[in-house]
Order: sequence, then C-alpha cells, then structure tokens
Amino acid sequence: MGNARDLGTSPDEVQFRFRDDEPADHATVTVDACCDQTNATAVRIEPGDDARVLLPFLGRLALVEVNFPTFGDGRGYSAARILREAGYAGELRAVGAVLIDQLSHMRRCGFDSFAPDKRLDADDAARAFATWDNVYQSAADAMQSGRRTIAEKRHEA
Amino acid sequence: MYQYDSYDQTMVDARVEEFRDQARRRLEGKLTEDQFKPLRLMNGLYLQLHAYMLRVAIPYGTLNARQMEALADIAEKYDRGYGHFTTRQNIQYNWIKLEDAADILADLSRVEMHAIQTSGNCIRNISSDHFAGAAADEVADPRPYAELMRQWSSFHPEFSYLPRKFKIAVIASEKDRAAMRLHDIGIRIVKRDGEVGAQFYAGGGMGRTPMIAPLIRDFVPLDQLITYAEAALRVYNRYGRRDNKYKARIKILVHELGAAEYTRQVEEEFAHLLSVGVEPPREELARIAEYFADPAFTDGPKTIDRSDPDFALWVDRNTHRHKHDAYVSAVISLKPAGGIPGDATAAQMRVVARLARDYSFDELRVMHTQNLLLPHVRIADLHAVWGALDAAGMGAPNMDTIEDIIACPGLDYCSLANARSIPLAQRISERFAANGRTGELGELKLKISGCINACGHHHAGHIGILGVDKKGKENFQLSLGGSEAEDVSLAKITGPGFDEDGVIAAVEKVTDVYLASRTDGERFLDTYRRIGMEPFKEALYG
Repeated sequence: MGNARDLGTSPDEVQFRFRDDEPADHATVTVDACCDQTNATAVRIEPGDDARVLLPFLGRLALVEVNFPTFGDGRGYSAARILREAGYAGELRAVGAVLIDQLSHMRRCGFDSFAPDKRLDADDAARAFATWDNVYQSAADAMQSGRRTIAEKRHEA
Repeated sequence: MYQYDSYDQTMVDARVEEFRDQARRRLEGKLTEDQFKPLRLMNGLYLQLHAYMLRVAIPYGTLNARQMEALADIAEKYDRGYGHFTTRQNIQYNWIKLEDAADILADLSRVEMHAIQTSGNCIRNISSDHFAGAAADEVADPRPYAELMRQWSSFHPEFSYLPRKFKIAVIASEKDRAAMRLHDIGIRIVKRDGEVGAQFYAGGGMGRTPMIAPLIRDFVPLDQLITYAEAALRVYNRYGRRDNKYKARIKILVHELGAAEYTRQVEEEFAHLLSVGVEPPREELARIAEYFADPAFTDGPKTIDRSDPDFALWVDRNTHRHKHDAYVSAVISLKPAGGIPGDATAAQMRVVARLARDYSFDELRVMHTQNLLLPHVRIADLHAVWGALDAAGMGAPNMDTIEDIIACPGLDYCSLANARSIPLAQRISERFAANGRTGELGELKLKISGCINACGHHHAGHIGILGVDKKGKENFQLSLGGSEAEDVSLAKITGPGFDEDGVIAAVEKVTDVYLASRTDGERFLDTYRRIGMEPFKEALYG
C-alpha cells in the first residue's frame, strides 16, 4: 500500500467550510481499507462505493470525502444523504469536479466542506449557496438544521 | 387548476435569476460549453440543427387561456409565429436565440410557467391523462398527485445528476391514455377497499431498447407516495449504469437486475426512508386537491342536432365521454391533412384560448397525441366550438384515425435524426384524406420516428415507422402491432425497409390486408393480433 496521505485533500485545499471545529487532517483511506483498519478516521468514497458499508464505523470517522471525478456523476449526492440519515455528524467533504452550480444541491445533501479541483469565484459561490430561500423537499438540511420544507411551512398552525 | 402561491412563484423566479447568472458566466468564459450544457438543458434549452430549441413545461398538460396566450406571444416575439406541441404534453419553440432565453423564461414566470427540467438527466415534466378531471372512468383526478410530484421533483438536490433522463406519468383509470407503462415510472391511482393509493410500475421506455414497465408495487398508501418515489429514484441513482449512455435508463437496470431484485432494493430503501421521514405533510395533498375541484357543471341537452353531417362526424370522432352527461371533452386536432403534426400558429393558440375561456371553464389540455383539448364543453355549445375550430383550421374530424399521426421533429430540426418524419406524416395524412378511407379504417394509430431514439413513439404504433440512414439514404422500417394503451405492446418489424414512396405504399397495403381480413368491430390492432404478421408480410414482400 502506498502513502495513504496521497488519497485525501488537505485542509488548505478546502475552499468553503460550514463547520466550527478544526478541519480534520487525517490520513484518508479507501472504503475497503477503512473497513479493514480499526483505527482509520478519514475515508474517501468513490462513485462506485457503497456508502452503507461505512455505517458500522461512523463513530470513529471524523472526515468523509466524497469524490466527484466528473460533475455529471450524481452518485455522491446519494452517498452524502445516506451518511447523514445514518447520523454521521463529522465533516463531509465534496472533492473533485465541484462546480458553482452544484454547490446548493451538495449543501442540501449534507456536504459541509468543499475542496474543488479548481478554486471557484467566491462571489459566484456565495450567490450559489444562497440560491434557494425555500425548498420543496426534505433532505439532509432538514435533519441537520431543522430546515422546514415549503409544504411544512404552508401548514404551520 | 393549480395556482402558484408565493412560494411556488419565488422558486420559479429564483430559477430565472439563476439561469440568467449561468448565461452570464458562460458568456464571461467562466463556464465551458461542457459545463454549461447540462445547466441550459435543465432549463429546456437544446442546441438543434439550425438554432436553439426551447421546451416549455406544461405540467400534466393542463393550462389556462392566459397561459396559452402567453405561449402565442412568445411564438411571435421570439420565434417564427408558431410552436410545436409534443408527446410529453409540452410545447417547443424551434427558432430561439440564446440571448433571448432568460427573457423568455421571465415572460413565462409571469404566467406561472417555466422550462424547468424539460431536459437533462433529471426528473422531467410529469405527464398525465389528458382527460384527467373530466373522464367518466377515473377513480380520482390524477393531477393533484402529479402536482405533488412536480413540487417534489423540482430542483431535487439528490436527483439532478441521474444516470439519464427520468420520465414519470400519473393516471387514475384502467384505460391508459398516457402511455403510462412506457415511462421510467408509471403510476396508476387505484382504489382498494375504499382506500385510494398508487400502483407503481418501473423500467418502461421507448428509445433504442423499448421495454414495458413491470409492476413493482400494487398499492402504495397516499401518505407514502413521495417516500416510495424517492426510494425508487435513489436505487436508480446509485446503481443505474453510467458507463454507457445508451444503457443508462432505469429500464436497463430493472432488466439487468430483474424486476424482483430491483423491487427488493426499493422496498429496503423505502423502509429506511419511512424512518427518516421525507413525506410532505398529509394536508399538502388536500391543499393541492382543492385547486382541482370540479367546476360548476350545469345540466343541459345531452344530444346534438345531427342535421349537419360534417358537424355530426366531428362530434362522433373528436369528443370523449365526460363524467357529467351534459358535457363532453372536445379534441382540437392539430393534424390537418398535409399539416405538420402538433404545430400551431400564434393565431390558432389565441383562438383556442378564447374557446377555453368561453366554453371550457378557462381550461385547456395538451394531449400526448400532439393535439389540444377543451376538457369541459357543454353539449349545447359544441356547434359553436366546432364552427370556430373549423374556421381556424383545427376542425379535422380525425382523432385516433390514421390521419392523427404522431411524428417527431425529425431531420427537419433535430440533430439526432437520420430521416425526415414530418414530410412523411404530411404525405400519409394527405393520401388517406384523399382516398377517403380514414373513416373506414377506424382507430388506427400511426407513429413515426426519425431515428432510433423513438420520440415519435413508433414502437407503440398500431403501425410504426422508423427512419434510418441506409448508406446515406433515408430508409423507413415498418412495424406493426404496438400499443401505448392499457393493452400495451411493442410493435414488430415487418421486414426490409422502404424508401419514402415505398413506405407510403406499404402503409396502404397493410391497411388493405386489414380491411380484407377484419371481422365485425375489430380494430387494425385486433386483426393483427388475431391473424399475426404473415398475411401482412405476404402482401408487402410476397
């Protein structure tokens, strides 16, 4: 096995972060390695990986990176929601082909840290994160921050 | 019909601004064309052979007079004075400039319309029975469920980068007037022991690998509808193939896994999502349903004066039984003999809007057959409606006849096409209008696609025609025996293809075989199913 550090992104590569804790800076291993190693605290999910195999280990994980090799491969959105639905509270970092127009959806699926391959225009990104005042669906943001959907707001007492 | 509240309006307005910003970043070079393409597609903007095409969503095919007039205005202001109604109950404009697109979206948003998710690898505009809310045979109006799903599927954060496009149809009767089982997900609202719920079919589709969707669940309670759909989509998003775009639709996943295994995975995800709680509050469906309450129908005459034979013929062919016996639904034919199927001019759209206002409780439908519909017309008003339609070139009495051809835009517009479908449709409808056989042939659904992507639904035609490229020449394959209805089936190819003249002659030959072989009351499709392919082959190639 090569240098495990090569797999992950470093905190310097994180351009946007919505957490108060210190950025995790751990050796990031593959999903397979994470299941074999009892001490791994950071893991990187590739599009073909089943995020659910990580569920027994969520307690010890401080960082999960989800790689988007291409922006059009949307499997990482499901991986993120599955982890949040299982109660994962650590850092969830989108890495790879992370572009302006995917930011708002990624955020809603539970990503709270973003390390794009190419740095993004900060103003464009701020606008993108703020695209939706309200939302139709219940997603990870409902679980994490209690964001209520439009339908729920319509029927408040 | 449904009306936006401030939430819905704000969502659509936000989307217009988002698109304006995306177009700006594209022009500033911050987005490559590759990066911009999926974004413009998710706003309905395609690059065609000659220009951009904008596809505007007409959710479940329902719109009002003001919206139809706005579509007419857009046709005149930004296009060449006409629009094209599609098999997914939308409208397309074929001659759009990229720099106008954001302004058109803004014009649409002023009448509660948009082009959201009419293209791209996301959940597309949801289609439904064009007779919804009017048909005598429905267990409920399917549109509130379709509207609930429209809201759920709009800007869905998890399902905006699916392996491939995803089409959903919702119906609520045994009769299928929406090709429900040829959708990625087909939903039929049913009643079991007095309780209303949803049957789910998954993995149907046309395209190069046509498949009929198998039933994956016989009854989903209404307060779990969204949760079940979310489970079905999540399994697809995670495991649908992404290595080959031609194998990326859910039909391939369901086929490769087998319906039982796909269903098992969906059920597992469904059980999980029920524990998460993603369903909208129950009152939301009730709130939406209020918008679809019946208009104030009044009693009136139940029969027409048949002294004008042209009028009587139109009533016989182009009206459909209504749940109130003093009303019918009246089909507005966009299939004049020799015309382009589904095209309407701005002037025609305005006539239709006026008729909706005067005679149909301000309501219109787009049919998947590329026609329009006045859903609630008093039988007493039919003569006035027919007169106005006839004067505007929309009175052809040809619903579900061989002249009522579905055709894709084909090589006249589409960059994917191998052959022209429009001129062929024009020649066939002219031929049968001239030889006077249309009435004798009865129900005969002819569908033409200009390439294997099957936008003209040729797999589901009683007679289907597929245009292919054969050594640089247009060639047309004939197929027989398809149906998109409750007796759904896929058409089979007759044999070697024909040139344009040859395929028109071939259509005439197969109709001759039918007329010679049919028994009383048999449709073309029934005769084909009874006697099989051989007699038709014999006539064509013998």
